[in-house]
Amino acid sequence: MSATTATAHAHTAHEHHELGFVRTYIFSTDHKMIARQFLFLGLIMMVLGGLLALMVRWQLAWPETAVPGLGGILKETGGVLEPSTYNMAFTMHATIMIFFVIMPILAGAFGNFLIPLMIGARDMAFPLLNMLSFWVTAAAGVIMLSGFFVEGGHAAAGWTSYVPLSSVPEYTGVNWGQNLWCISLFVMGIGSMMGSINYITTIINMRAPGMTLFRMPLVIWSLFITAILLLLALPVLTSGVAMLLFDRTLGTSWFRPSGGGEPLLWQHLFWYFGHPEVYILILPAMGIASEILPVFSRKPIFGYHAMAFSMIAIAFLSWIVYGHHMFVSGMNPSLGMAFMVSTMIIAVPSAIKTFNWLGTLWGGRLQFKVPMLWALGFVSMFVIGGLSGIFMASTPVDIYIQDTYFIVAHIHYVVFGGSIMAAFAAVYYWFPKMFGKLMNPALGHLHFWTTLVFFNMTFFPMHIIGVGGQMRRIYNPMQYEFLQHQQHWNVFMTYGALLLGAAQLLFVVNFFWSLFAGRKAPLNPWNATTLEWTAPSPPPHLNWGATLPTVYRGPYEYSDPEAADDFLPQSQPPARTGARARGH
Amino acid sequence: MLDWWLPENVSTYGRDIDWLFHLIYWITGITAILVFAAMVIFLVMYRDRPGRRARYTHGNTTLEIVWTVVPSLILVILTFLSAPAWSKIKIQAPPPTDFVVQVTAKQFNWQITYPGADGKFGTADDKTLLDEMHVPANKVVHVHLRSQDVIHSFFVPQFRMKQDAVPGREIVQWFEATKPGKYELPCAELCGFGHSGMKGWIYVHGAEDYKKWAAENLSAAAAPAAEEKKAEEPSKDAAVAAVPGGKAKR
Repeated sequence: MSATTATAHAHTAHEHHELGFVRTYIFSTDHKMIARQFLFLGLIMMVLGGLLALMVRWQLAWPETAVPGLGGILKETGGVLEPSTYNMAFTMHATIMIFFVIMPILAGAFGNFLIPLMIGARDMAFPLLNMLSFWVTAAAGVIMLSGFFVEGGHAAAGWTSYVPLSSVPEYTGVNWGQNLWCISLFVMGIGSMMGSINYITTIINMRAPGMTLFRMPLVIWSLFITAILLLLALPVLTSGVAMLLFDRTLGTSWFRPSGGGEPLLWQHLFWYFGHPEVYILILPAMGIASEILPVFSRKPIFGYHAMAFSMIAIAFLSWIVYGHHMFVSGMNPSLGMAFMVSTMIIAVPSAIKTFNWLGTLWGGRLQFKVPMLWALGFVSMFVIGGLSGIFMASTPVDIYIQDTYFIVAHIHYVVFGGSIMAAFAAVYYWFPKMFGKLMNPALGHLHFWTTLVFFNMTFFPMHIIGVGGQMRRIYNPMQYEFLQHQQHWNVFMTYGALLLGAAQLLFVVNFFWSLFAGRKAPLNPWNATTLEWTAPSPPPHLNWGATLPTVYRGPYEYSDPEAADDFLPQSQPPARTGARARGH
Repeated sequence: MLDWWLPENVSTYGRDIDWLFHLIYWITGITAILVFAAMVIFLVMYRDRPGRRARYTHGNTTLEIVWTVVPSLILVILTFLSAPAWSKIKIQAPPPTDFVVQVTAKQFNWQITYPGADGKFGTADDKTLLDEMHVPANKVVHVHLRSQDVIHSFFVPQFRMKQDAVPGREIVQWFEATKPGKYELPCAELCGFGHSGMKGWIYVHGAEDYKKWAAENLSAAAAPAAEEKKAEEPSKDAAVAAVPGGKAKR
């Protein structure tokens, strides 16, 4: 706390130190600027990740025809993807989307932006470490991108990089691409560790007076839990990729059977990180939805404690379910039985959250503004993604659907329909606070409806062709007789994907147009109760004026019959005339 | 119902898997419909209208208990229903048989080895076919699965059978096909640039047909008596239950 008081003193003394351009926009230690940097990093990488996905989809619908626009890059083939290029495209699509889009946007951008503002702190606990965390992550991004330019191409062993395919260069023909993949993720792991330590420390130590743990907004709970998972899970990946790199370059044999190594060890390490990772991607999204639904239902969140505890339950259970990725890997099948039990159980907290979101809508006064639509979209798509997960939890069913497009459908309903939709919800909701401008609602509505329709057009049929048996990561479904009858779905989905990609241009236009020419945002455009809406839009360096806000109640006090307005901000002192502070 | 969706099933345990698939399909389908119906009803009923205030409530403990316990029960029951099939297919020792083949995956082929007349692998009368496996219908077949380079996955959609082949291990799997025919055998685990198109065919013959095929293709030369040649030593695999593989006499 002493750091906070020190900065508070500095501020009260009106020592308004003007920082230069570099310290303000590039090497900034201000959590809000770092948040914007993470947001731009994520959005730029999303363009690349999306284009890679469209290349993959083009090949699947019209195998071995030239991808429009690629003729200039793939000169030798005239724009046709070769199998090795195709493998590289889907490997890098997933790698970029997971590590350089969703994590930077949800944990990086919104974690940074929201934690100090919503708990009433002036900045993160370690502002310099925070800056380093961004620049280390950005360096990891540059290293990852450099892999596209080395001989042999970028990593092409899938984002899971199963050994020995990934550990022996001769098996893929990829040399430095895979090495750079390892190095980049190693560096990213360090950046993530810096960020997560910062988040945890800030949330534990720097909450404003009155901000008890159970008065924290649920998005802060979700980011707190995510930070703990990041702190514990990412080092496992970091160690794993280091071992993989050593196997590739120094001749160690962690994973090579001929040298006494064990290929399944990689899978254990990878998924021990990889399954908590899934929750790292979805927990902040759940938090964002829990934040937005009450505001636009004008109603307290239903079951605040159940919401918080179900996230804690997910965090604990996420460590003991990872084996469901390995049911048919050759892992002891008795272990599969144990992992089936834990995987079935982890569906329960997700169900609890869904029912509480519905409970929040029940009896509300629902305002279908743009962030609300995205939050509702998130809940709906997450329901589908969550339910399709139950198929995989049942080990016998998983024998059949493992490694098919059913899995691809499931993961996209969770991380696109879930995480990315929540990311859009968050951008539309907090844009006024982040940039001080309002976004265009008409474009926002159009963006939502087009994305929802084209998303389902792209990903829902994947369930169907997956059940039909189409394997993931195959280059050309037409090589298989049993898949040929469903090829029309692949064409249909690719049209969906192209339209889905085009629909995102609406967001790009809205984002930049609002940034430069949007109307100035008022302090609290959504009449919300949480602390960030009491700071100016955008909040100045160190966020608050002379004194920190004091918190008197829980975060979701909407439509209290004893209050005149339909919302009671967390920092509004209770009326003197004997009115009790509500919501604990 | 929905058989147009799943490929035809032609294995004994495939029925168990399909039954579970359809059970989960109905459970999740009905759940999804109920959730979406509730959502749509709420979205219409509680849309913002002038003069109405939202209900001020923080939750309901009874409801929380109900929607914790009910899904838990359903999922526990589902676990219990899934366990026997998993146990039968993957954990228990496979049903005994005298029909054993060795499958060695490599980039990008399936090498199918028959033990020949002596019933032993690694002897001179072994016969290896490329991307082609012939088996009789209604007979338990043991597959000794290996890989000589990267991880592959032995996938027979119509048998509902899938198992990764891991270098350094021999994994024993089994199936019993119920209907003669020709079934595709794709590799389901990314194994390199030739992954797509790495496939073989499994020919399931009627009993008589199979005898004919075997006579023409497997017993080309009189097998020399059991003279064990040391080929690749079979790697011990703690993960797979011991089976009487390769010991059968014809």
